[in-house]
Amino acid sequence: MSQALDMLSVLLLFFGVLFILVGSIGLLRMPDVFTRMHAAGITDTIGAAAIILGLMLVAGWTIVLIKLLIVLLFLMLLNPTACHALARAAVHGIRSPWQGESEQQQ
Amino acid sequence: MLRLLILFSLTIVLWIALSGHFDPFLLSLGLLSAATVTLVSHRMGIIDAEGQPLGLIPGLLRYAPWLAKEMVRACIDVAWRITRPSLPIQPTIIRVPANQQTVPGRVSFANSITLTPGTISLDVLEKEIEVHALTTESAADLKSGEMGKRVEHLESG
Repeated sequence: MSQALDMLSVLLLFFGVLFILVGSIGLLRMPDVFTRMHAAGITDTIGAAAIILGLMLVAGWTIVLIKLLIVLLFLMLLNPTACHALARAAVHGIRSPWQGESEQQQ
Repeated sequence: MLRLLILFSLTIVLWIALSGHFDPFLLSLGLLSAATVTLVSHRMGIIDAEGQPLGLIPGLLRYAPWLAKEMVRACIDVAWRITRPSLPIQPTIIRVPANQQTVPGRVSFANSITLTPGTISLDVLEKEIEVHALTTESAADLKSGEMGKRVEHLESG
């Protein structure tokens, strides 16, 4: 049973790291600030959630489990708030969003 | 008064969950800090229906699994697009109608949009939300209005 849990945990940690890696690549490849935020969104939603879930499986029924649960909850509340604040600031302060190559060249 | 009691007991539970101490001296310090937090929040006037949206909790428990499923689906889609050499994205800005009655409802909808990869809420207006979508598919998904309807259900409890 505990071996199965360990396997599942390793799998979740692996997928978390994979999504964070892809998100980072996206951060470098995307053309402007808004599209970059979409890429960063992968790392801090699924990437972080998968890693925390993976750690929760290893933690077992201890106080650490509760703490990880609280971290996950706060992450899901704070991420969109911070992301929205950043997007709003970008709308107010930066030129209009990238909408394809042709417009970029004008 | 009931809301004060709820906040007080919740902060005590949080304190115990985070510290793990049951020593009488430390426990009394925990009680003291919980009481301070409750008092300060009361003086700030933030203990109201907006600060404690208790009515949303049963709806949230039903809504969370669906949102998690949508998040995973959208995440895989965005990840797939990032790893394509041609980078198939069509960024657009759309306006989505937000028919939620209450402020917490509208906030939940805007946060759900941002939480789903591929869509970010830029501005929350009276009756609609301005959204930046990474692809035409994610924009169309949001336009279909399923997420908005589910948040409305969440609101009505």
